[in-house]
Amino acid sequence: MAAGVLTLAVLTVALAALLLLSDRLLPNDADAAVERIERVLPRIQCGQCGYSGCRPYAEALLNGTAAINLCPPGGEATVRALAKLLGTEPQAVAPQQGHASLDQIATIDETLCIGCNLCSRACPVDAILGIPQMMHTVITAHCTGCELCLPPCPVDCIRLEPRHG
Amino acid sequence: MAELNPVRPFTGGLRLPPNKNLSTTMPITTLARPQRLCIPLAQHAGPPARRAVSIGASVGRGDPIGATGEHGSVAVHASHSGRIVALQRRPILAGNGLFDADCVILETDGVDAPVARTDQHWPDTLAARLAAIAAAGIAGLGGAAFPTHIKLGAHARYRTLILNGAECEPYISCDDMLMRTHPDSIIAGALIMLDLSQATQCLIAIERDKALALEKMQYAAAVRADPRIVIVPLPTIYPAGGERQLVESLLAEEVPRGRHPTDIGVICQNIGTAHALARFVSDGEPLLSRIVTVTGLGLRTPQNVEAPIGAPISALLDHCGGLVDPRSQLIVGGNMMGHPLPNADYPVTKATNCIVALPLAEAVKSEPERPCIRCGDCADACPARLLPQELLRAARSDRSELLTGLGLEDCIECGCCDVVCPSHIALTASFRAAKPGLRQQILHQQLATAAAQRHDRRQARLQRSAAEADARQQALQQALAADSATRRTVIDAAVARARKQRNDPNALT
Repeated sequence: MAAGVLTLAVLTVALAALLLLSDRLLPNDADAAVERIERVLPRIQCGQCGYSGCRPYAEALLNGTAAINLCPPGGEATVRALAKLLGTEPQAVAPQQGHASLDQIATIDETLCIGCNLCSRACPVDAILGIPQMMHTVITAHCTGCELCLPPCPVDCIRLEPRHG
Repeated sequence: MAELNPVRPFTGGLRLPPNKNLSTTMPITTLARPQRLCIPLAQHAGPPARRAVSIGASVGRGDPIGATGEHGSVAVHASHSGRIVALQRRPILAGNGLFDADCVILETDGVDAPVARTDQHWPDTLAARLAAIAAAGIAGLGGAAFPTHIKLGAHARYRTLILNGAECEPYISCDDMLMRTHPDSIIAGALIMLDLSQATQCLIAIERDKALALEKMQYAAAVRADPRIVIVPLPTIYPAGGERQLVESLLAEEVPRGRHPTDIGVICQNIGTAHALARFVSDGEPLLSRIVTVTGLGLRTPQNVEAPIGAPISALLDHCGGLVDPRSQLIVGGNMMGHPLPNADYPVTKATNCIVALPLAEAVKSEPERPCIRCGDCADACPARLLPQELLRAARSDRSELLTGLGLEDCIECGCCDVVCPSHIALTASFRAAKPGLRQQILHQQLATAAAQRHDRRQARLQRSAAEADARQQALQQALAADSATRRTVIDAAVARARKQRNDPNALT
């Protein structure tokens, strides 16, 4: 009887210690889960979901605090992939506010640019180059077509053009 | 060198009715000068040439219209003398299919003085020679118009030069006719290419059914008696003339997936390109014309025509007696890999090797498509060793990872699977349609990954600079506080000193 109790007690303590240790030492797989969710998103960082970027949205999705239909650039395909990944039902994509898409790139009309630098500060991927009071330009290879540079421009000199190649 | 004689050249492939005799009974004719030429600045999907003329300019025959600019662009020249009347952006059919290109419209005047000859057109160094080839407008004449100087310069020391005279696709006979008429010029071009590519051997591949061309080429090679040049007769199996198939049958090697023959030290060039190169080196004449096979049962007198670059296809059709039935389907390239042409108002480009006019009855497939019965005939016929039925399933369900895994990029769109399919499924058309989407998805993935990384780095930078600003602010406050504290002590000390002096009568006055 005593031996049995002792064995069980020792086992309990040992296993509890093991659990605690593994929790401390093994890598946290929430990061990996966020990573997997993020890869499903278009990752163009347009912020239309209301979060500051695709990763924060992915984190919110993992925590269950965000709906899966908030990503207009990803469209139906992203909603379906998210539903599959998170084990929920697909929903209709939330009504679109912009047309953010990797198929387009922003172009600055350099004759109109006043060098206010506001677009450069709005760009989520640092794709706009220019110093205050000087002409600005878009590094087309880095532009994600997120349209975040459009609202801040005081002279409306930014256009979106189809991406070639 | 021992005679190479492959028994079974490559996996898959088909024996197709060649339909070449239609156009080989007549010698090559020359197209009468067209009124207008439409010369595209880009004749393959690479970067276009930089326009060197403006509207109203008079140009002589052989004057450059577009100069080489970006890496990979090839010059274009006025194929007749005349005046530039317009600049247009319009669809053309070249290299990679139908695309929009900037075109220069030239109204010909018929003066056509011979191209001015200079002795400086062929420099001494390799780099200068490659630049001269680009400036002479020489691009692959086999049908893709890939820039010749890029291919020649892609590898420092090639092992083997393969001259492609296989011309496996039905109906096309322009290479056959060129080999019959200018074998010595082709051999001369081969020798120039051997020098440029540093290759140790040149294999000239010709299908066995071109007996006359084979004989003439063998004779011309024997006259030159260069041990590096070997003529290799190939069995007549479509698509023996594909680059990968040539490497497989001539060298018993495979080009790895996603790579090109140049990556394994093999350079494939069309015999027409060799002829154009020889012509440039000996006469200094840039590429102004090419031989086009104009053929098909929908045409009155099929033949091979030497046409200036930019000539309208309608002029070629008229030259060949016109269409029997105006509703004939026009195809640029052969009937297997060619692209259907919406109308005859398209220019001849460096890539236009053949125009087939199919009578409507032949062009429209009467057999309806039936479901796949999984017979596997398509996989047996596929020269790229793919599984067309699996690819079709993946393409129809739009599954990009599956398409990549099954090797869609390796599909050469030869059309063998379509021919053997007992259910008459248009497999090649779906693969052709799926390719741009897949490429775009891959591009999007790359862009998205890069964007996410840049965004992360930007966030980190913003956080860092906010933290730095905070730290600076705090330091400033502390310094100010510290500063005021020291000032206070100094003042206090001074006050104390003054008070002490005032209260001490013994002090100095």
